[in-house]
Amino acid sequence: MEEKIDYIKLASNKPKGKRPYFHDDPAVERVLNITMAIAGELAVMRERMDSIERLLEKKGTVTREEIETFVPETKEQEEQRQTWHAEYISRVLRIVQQEQEELENPDKSLEEIANDINEM
Amino acid sequence: MSVRNLPPVYNKIAQHAVFPEMNHDERARYNFLANLNKHLAHVSTGNKVAFENRVEPKFEKEHGRKIASTEELKEAISKDSHYQVWSSLRRSTMEMRQQAGRSIVLRQAAELRDKVKALNEGKDSLILDESVEVPPYLLACDNHIMPGSYHTELIEEDVTPAANYDTGLFVTTAGLLGRYSDGGGKAIVSWVKKTYPDFSPKRILDIGCGMGHNVLPIAKAFPDAEVIGIDTGAPMLRYAHARAMDLGITNVKFMQMDAAQTTFEDESFDWVQSTMFFHETGGKSIYNIMNEVYRVLKPKGLTLHIEQPQYTDDMSLFEKFIRDWDALYNNEPYWSKMHDIEPIDLMKSSGFREEDFMQIGAKAENDLDDGSQKADEPEDHGRSPIWNVFGAIKN
Repeated sequence: MEEKIDYIKLASNKPKGKRPYFHDDPAVERVLNITMAIAGELAVMRERMDSIERLLEKKGTVTREEIETFVPETKEQEEQRQTWHAEYISRVLRIVQQEQEELENPDKSLEEIANDINEM
Repeated sequence: MSVRNLPPVYNKIAQHAVFPEMNHDERARYNFLANLNKHLAHVSTGNKVAFENRVEPKFEKEHGRKIASTEELKEAISKDSHYQVWSSLRRSTMEMRQQAGRSIVLRQAAELRDKVKALNEGKDSLILDESVEVPPYLLACDNHIMPGSYHTELIEEDVTPAANYDTGLFVTTAGLLGRYSDGGGKAIVSWVKKTYPDFSPKRILDIGCGMGHNVLPIAKAFPDAEVIGIDTGAPMLRYAHARAMDLGITNVKFMQMDAAQTTFEDESFDWVQSTMFFHETGGKSIYNIMNEVYRVLKPKGLTLHIEQPQYTDDMSLFEKFIRDWDALYNNEPYWSKMHDIEPIDLMKSSGFREEDFMQIGAKAENDLDDGSQKADEPEDHGRSPIWNVFGAIKN
């Protein structure tokens, strides 16, 4: 068994059992899911900014100018930033990945599964 | 301050040695999701309005009669735009919760495994058995839309299914099960101690124990008892054992076993407990498991099962339908079928006597409840820590 796993892809896997769609057009569902993920990430960023602002306020060491002109200074910093983007995009586009997974491995509906396991 | 109840901030969750490392943004993501869950409970109240004002009148106009079944209700409400947007948001929130939890635990899968291994090494209180098969009802779909469910191992000796569960339960329930997510176990301990003050069980069995969060309060409350938690998911048991070790609870064993066919001797337990377990089994297995409960229970022994609230005759079709939403759309399919079984009939079929049957209500004991929570918040159906408990004394 592999020790190194593609945690970014695996984290966004679809669960077994056909995904329900509630809107008449599945495209609406897809766009809503992407939008909600972005909403979530915006909330995360807002909380991070809140932490930073409160810490800066407390310690008062960083200027706006320093933030505006900052670029990654090491290879490690560059990779950390790009990994963040890769994780971010996978998270936001989760539903597209899951639809592809469903296409590749079609599932039974939960109604069918409920009937199946009622016999198990 | 908000006029609404706010979920506790994520950093209130209890830490232990095998709890996953979490960074700032991972905690923030969970804060967002707990708030989104809370918000959607408010959005859910609109479903009743939409049903009464739009869905029901439209159906009656078209059919010249009232909606007669939950199936008809489902068909009719599924075309309503409010129900559609609430449903898709709720499903999306659960998917995001799984994605968030898995992105935390999968990036540190090997480290978590090694931490668990170090705590479990050389202990005889964790007994795994590779010959135990995952029951077919757990393979049919991934419960709680957890990709890979309780049993899938992505690396050797994986514990990530349990670690993911441990981080996320606090989010799904908005912290209402307490810092250790053990509000169910604590509630049952209080009830048993109050109802049977002289009860001093020597052997206690918890079936479908998962990561052990509800069996630990029982083991702690009865320190002289030998407590055994069984489950079919090896990742859950490894993690449960390491978690218990770190929390200093040493009178509990974790064993890999199918509750429908255990290896325990007849009449060998004073108490057999399950918590939120039966609704995740199957239509035939549930009877096999109850037979096994009866078999291993000593005469005068106690058995109790914490479950989802029962349907009652005075419950409207709408309420039955909305309470069942999680069954189909958060992948807990047997829950939608378990309503057809009366707990008393289930127990009688295994040999328990009608006059020994008991049924009570229970509410989670929450160590985060500081009394500031308002009681008139809308109920988050299927997630609220308010349960039905059924059981019996074996005679």
